[in-house]
Formats: sequence, C-alpha cells, structure tokens
Amino acid sequence: MAADHSERTCTLEVFRFHPETDEHPRFQTYQVPYHEDWVVLDALNHIKNEIDGSLTYRWSCRMGVCGSCGMLINGTPRLSCAAFLRDYYPRPIRVEPLSHFPVIRDLVINFDDFLHKLQEVKGWLVPREPRSLDDGEYRQTPAQLAQYKQYSMCINCMLCYAACPVYGHNPEFIGPAAIALAQRYNLDSRDGARDERFQVIQSNEGVWECTLVGECSAVCPKNVDPAGAIQGAKLQGAREWWASLLLSWGKSRT
Amino acid sequence: MDVLKHDVLIIGGGGAGLRAAIAIGEENPNLSVGLVSKVYPMRSHTVSAEGGAAAVIKPNDSFEAHIQDTITGSDWLADQDAVEIFVTEAPREMLRLEHWGCPWSREPDGSVAVRPFGGMKIQRTWFAADKTGFHMLHTLFQTSLKFGNVTRYDEWFALRLLVEGGRVQGVAALELLTGQVRAILGKAVILCTGGAGRIFPFTTNAAIKTGDGLAIAYRAGVPLKDMEFVQYHPTGLPFTGILITEAARAEGGILVNKDGYRYLQDYNLGQPLDHLDPNSGHPKLATMELGPRDRLSQAFVKEMEKGRTIKTRYGDVVHLDVRHLGEEKINKKIPFVRELAKNYAGIDPVKEPIPVRPVVHYMMGGIHTDVNAATPLPGLFAAGECACVSINGANRLGSNSLTELLVFGARAGRQAARWAMEHSDFDTESLRRQAEDEQRRIAQQFIHRDGGNETIAGLKAELNTAMEEGAGIYRTEEKLRATCHKIQELKERFRNVRLDDRTASYNTELVAALELECMLDCAEAVAYSAWMRRESRGSHQRTDYPQRDDQQFLKHSLAYRTDGEPRIEYLDVVITRWPPAERVYGR
Repeated sequence: MAADHSERTCTLEVFRFHPETDEHPRFQTYQVPYHEDWVVLDALNHIKNEIDGSLTYRWSCRMGVCGSCGMLINGTPRLSCAAFLRDYYPRPIRVEPLSHFPVIRDLVINFDDFLHKLQEVKGWLVPREPRSLDDGEYRQTPAQLAQYKQYSMCINCMLCYAACPVYGHNPEFIGPAAIALAQRYNLDSRDGARDERFQVIQSNEGVWECTLVGECSAVCPKNVDPAGAIQGAKLQGAREWWASLLLSWGKSRT
Repeated sequence: MDVLKHDVLIIGGGGAGLRAAIAIGEENPNLSVGLVSKVYPMRSHTVSAEGGAAAVIKPNDSFEAHIQDTITGSDWLADQDAVEIFVTEAPREMLRLEHWGCPWSREPDGSVAVRPFGGMKIQRTWFAADKTGFHMLHTLFQTSLKFGNVTRYDEWFALRLLVEGGRVQGVAALELLTGQVRAILGKAVILCTGGAGRIFPFTTNAAIKTGDGLAIAYRAGVPLKDMEFVQYHPTGLPFTGILITEAARAEGGILVNKDGYRYLQDYNLGQPLDHLDPNSGHPKLATMELGPRDRLSQAFVKEMEKGRTIKTRYGDVVHLDVRHLGEEKINKKIPFVRELAKNYAGIDPVKEPIPVRPVVHYMMGGIHTDVNAATPLPGLFAAGECACVSINGANRLGSNSLTELLVFGARAGRQAARWAMEHSDFDTESLRRQAEDEQRRIAQQFIHRDGGNETIAGLKAELNTAMEEGAGIYRTEEKLRATCHKIQELKERFRNVRLDDRTASYNTELVAALELECMLDCAEAVAYSAWMRRESRGSHQRTDYPQRDDQQFLKHSLAYRTDGEPRIEYLDVVITRWPPAERVYGR
C-alpha cells in the first residue's frame, strides 16, 4: 500500500487469544508506522504482513459497508476501517474483540446467535398482497420508502450488540439490529406480516427488555437508529394492547 | 474424513450465489442446497456495488436499445445470443427483487425510478440511492432465509473441485473455524465466487476478491475466457481505491483536469454542454462524462501524459466536481459518495471537487460458460463476475453486472437443479480419497513445512507490481512478456512460502496463502491472454497494435492451464443481428 514515509510510530495494544494454546487472553503490543491516512485496519494489516502473521481478525471491503471489521477500539465499538489513527495518536490504541460475543480467536467473534435471531424475526418481506410479475412493481411513493429506509441501512456489523447493556446481561434479548430489521419490514408498505413479527418482538426476550439507554444508536456507523426502531415497536405494542382492550370492550357492549 | 452430501452445491454467497440458491428452492424445494462461502453471505463484495442495475422497464425504452448499447459497449466481443437473453430476462429478474422488498428509489407516482449510466443511450438503471449492491445483497440474503432447503457453510474455503467419472461431484473445503478439510458432495456445483481484482495493487475490490473459483475451475481443466479484459473504473479515490460511483456523473458531475477544463471533449466523446444551465441538456446520455469506462480511463492516461493532471502524493488525479448539484440533491441521490469522500479523502463534495483516478474494478473475463451457465466440465456451472457467458465482451457497461448476477445466477440455479435430478449417485469413496489428498497437500505444503523463505505479503506485492506494469490500461508486447515471465517465477517461488501460523483454528494466514495461490493462476491467465491478443479492443489497449482487428480477433480467448505456460485457444464470437461496426460516442 502506497503511503508517505514517516519516522513516527504508533502503539497498538492488541487482544490475543488462541484456543489451542492460551488459557487466558493477553495483550500484545506492536509498534506500527504512523500515517495520517491510515485507519486501525491498515495498522492491523501492517502487523499481519510485516510483523506477526498469526494475528487474526476479519476484514474485507475497507469502505464501511461489508460489516466485517467491527472491534472495540479504546473500549468503543467501531469499524476498524473507519477509525483513523490520527484520532488517537500519539496515545496508544487498544484493540479488542466486540464485547458480549464468544471469542473464536484474537479479534474474531462468533455471531451465529444474531443469524438465528434474523430468522426468528422473519427478516424478509411477506407480501401484503401477492403480485405476479406480469403486474409489474408494487407502487411505493418516496414518502412510503422514507418510512422504513433508515432501518434498511443496517450492515450487520454487530457494533450495536457490543454496545447494548441488555444484550450483555441477557443474550436471549433479540437485540437492536434484529428489531431494526423487523421494523424495516413492518414499516414497508408492501409487507403484511407485522402481526407475526409483533408476536416475536413482544415476547419476554423482546422489546420490553430494552431500557432505552440508546447506546446502540450512538455506535451505529450507518445511522440506522435501532433505539428508534425499538421505541417504535414498543409504541406499536402499547397501541395494539390498548386497541385489543377497546375492541373487546366494544364487543362486550354489543 | 467426514463426507457431507447435498443435491446442489453453490460456492460463493454473494448476489449470484444467493440468487441461484433461491432459484433452486423455487424449482424444487425438495432439493438440498449447500451454500459454501469463505465469508458470511452479507460480507460478499456485491455489497460494495453502488450505482445501479440496468433493465428495460420504461415506455421510452426497448430491448433492442439495451442490446445495442451492451454490444457497442463490449466492442462487439459479447455473444449476441447471450446479450439477447440477458436483456429480455432482466426486467422480470429486477421485478422479482422488487417483490422481495428491495428498496428501489422511486418516482413521485410510486413507480421504480431509473437514472442514466455510462454508455447507455436511454435511462434504464434502477437504483437504491447509491447503495444498490448493498440493498440487493441484503434483500437476497434475507429472502434466502425463507428457504428451509439451504444449508450454509459460512467461512468455509473451497479448495478443489472433486471430479470423478468425467463429472464434478463436489468440493474439498476447509472449515476455517476448525482447520479441518471435508468433502462436501453435490451432484451439481455452481461457482459464484466473484472476480480477482486483488491481483492488481490499486483496486476497488474487497480483500476477498482473489479469484478462488476461477482458479479451482482452471486447475480442473476448465478454460478461462477473455481474461485479458480488465475494467478500470475512471473514478476511484487515491490511496484507498474506494469507488466513487458513476452515478455521481449520471446525476450531472463533471470531470476536469488541473486547468478546470473538461478534458473528455478532446477524446472523441462529444462536446460538453453547460453543466450550470439546467436547460442545456447536460448530462447528455452516452456522451462526455457518460461515456463508457474503458474510454474514460484511457483518456485519463493520455491527459496525464500531456501533463494536465494534478499531482498528489498518491499519484496523479483529476477532479470529479459535483458541487453544482447542490447539497440537497447530493444528499438525496449520492449520499454514500459524500460519506466516502468525507471519511476517506477528507473533503466534502458539496464544497470541494473530489480527487479521482482510474482503478481496477471488474473482470470481463471468467470461467467459460454457455447461456445456461454450464461450463465444459459436466455438472459444473458458474455465474456472476467469476463467469464469462459473455455479455460484457471487451468492456462492461456500468449497471449491467448487478443485473447479470440475477439473470445468470437464476439460470445457473435452475440448470443445476435439473442436472441434480438427473444424476442421482456419487462415487463417494473416490471423492473422499481426493479430499484426503487435498488435506495432505495442504498439511505438507503449508503447515508441516519448514525452511521456506518467501512471505505471502512479499510475493503478493511483486505480483501486484508486475500486473500493473504489464497488464494495466495500456500494454505492449515487451512489458507483457516480462509480466508473464515474472508470474512464472513467482509461481516457482510460491513453493517456498513460509507461514508464521501453523495452528488449526481460524488460520487466516493459511487462507491468505491459498488465496495467493489462486491469484497467481488468475494473473497468469490474464497476462498470457493479453500477450497473445495482438489488437486493441475495449479495455485491452496495445500500443503496439492500436487497431481493432476483426479479421483475426473477433474471437474469445480461452486459457487452459498446463504444467508450464497456459495454452491459449480461440472461439468465434456469436454474431446474430448486429454486425461489427465503429464504436461511436458523442456524435
């Protein structure tokens, strides 16, 4: 990678854990060249290529859209491809795996739990009215698109789960990104499965567990605002609870 | 060794692989599908595609027009029967994605909106702001979760095709988590593993784009077609190579040199219209900034040779100026461009022009397939960027590749499903032995090996340099020969590669070595095919043979792997109704 040549160096303290050889995790310190334009991921790649080929982490697009490279950087969940050395230098930078997930090795976490949760919340479109291809597209105005667009921007990077105190306390909690995806489809004018998702979200491990600390939205690199989605789901839940009461009351009167 | 069995195996979980998986579920939900991917599907590089996906849907458009644009864009190297199938099936595929929930940008009346794109003479590019690939990939992934017949092998690396009795019957694959090699059998196998842009040093392509599927097909005797055709996208950010989408120009952005001059007017791409005058007709379709990518990237090099580009510490650039669009339109139509430029180039496109330079983006070539996505190896199919049908010929038009992965991903899925229903048995014991051989090879070559003195990063850097020097935008016999010889040297030296990491669980250094091995095979096919094609066509420009030569080279190249240098053969292009003509833009 072409870069300016500078004498300055930057210190990285990196979490290391290998299941075959380590009983406990440890931190390893590396000195890397400091470049204004480098992100933490560039520094990790420098370590892997030039210093220590055993350092283990995930990455791919280096442009903040594939969602692979989430890590704790000085304790905050960040995409390492979007965290610039210049924002930390000359202080040392501590790099750890995302919290609340089992560590596979070094900075690599196991997030299969989230994939099961996507399945649970029916994170796909269930057509309100089936439509054949011959009938062309569903009509959806820009205003209708805007209803759910923000919640469709989630890159599944898991930063919100690492930031969520409820998930840290109770891994059964469906969690911010999965609820945001459920809301993304609930609010889509083409969708008709709101009630089914409602059942899952309103269950014990669901939306009522959230204490609305909003950490998820604060760390989201794509401004999805999962806290807003959770709040929306809660409101919807409360509204439908009242509606069901009123309806039964109405029925009993007639 | 454990042997896992499915009816159809798909290698690669990006757009093409997921579309194929869904197609199999629709064709016959009783067929079991194994989806093997070295990354979780939503990490696949489809996610990075920005600008849009082309399909005829508006009343002012026609199949004929999309076909003509694609064939002209390909410099007549596309197979016309394939282009016709592609264009006619495209709208229904795009509608399917709409019915599955893809958040397409819309017109005020709620219909799907389209935007202009380079080399397209009519507006037909569907888009989801400027994150079209991201939304398509996530829509496909989420939709695939509905189908209970798909078993995912996330973070498994396919090492080798298992072939017995003249047909492919599975793969040997490395489970990254455990480091174990397994035989995963499939009566049919579909490769959807993407391109190999990482063989070049400066690319928009993600780290995972290392040509793994191309290489395992090539090693199994399947030819790689038209590999010399490598697309440079004209507008990448310096240093990172991050893509600034063509949509920035489709919405009205202009390209200027160091004097603020719209230099494209000097390169046979038409005359500029006033970009500040809303009634001037700017941007004019298939003209100037909306010319095809090959011509724009070549114009940059010529401009640089004239000394009219801007020097930066990360090489020469020109300016992509979108300031006149205004903040509101930029936020609405190209918000990701603004985010990327701010984060990675430190400039706000609302206030400053964006520095850009050409960057390796896409491989027109790939695994040789027919229009049904079938390769010459029975039971093996391929779709998406790793395949070459060919609809892209010598230059792909922007927004045709996202559509291509839907049309041919679906075709591959359907064909593979039918094949699997007709071929019921496995030669299990022989396939298991092949996978065990592969496990031994990996152990001997990488894990239990001492004394090697070559590093992965060192070899890769040398490969990257050789590719840029010999197989870049302009090429010559002399430089290509040197690059070919360098690749042979690197392949030899690769035998002495040394790993720091010899452990089993989640060994990413081993994966990097396997990827480099694949990249060397892909690079060889690119460089030799380029050396042998003594003409200039589309993205392949030979300064020693500057003319297109239809007499000799209206042909696809086919690179076959041998123990030494590859053997290059040729295959006639399918010409049906659109005879070769001069490729004209802007007049």
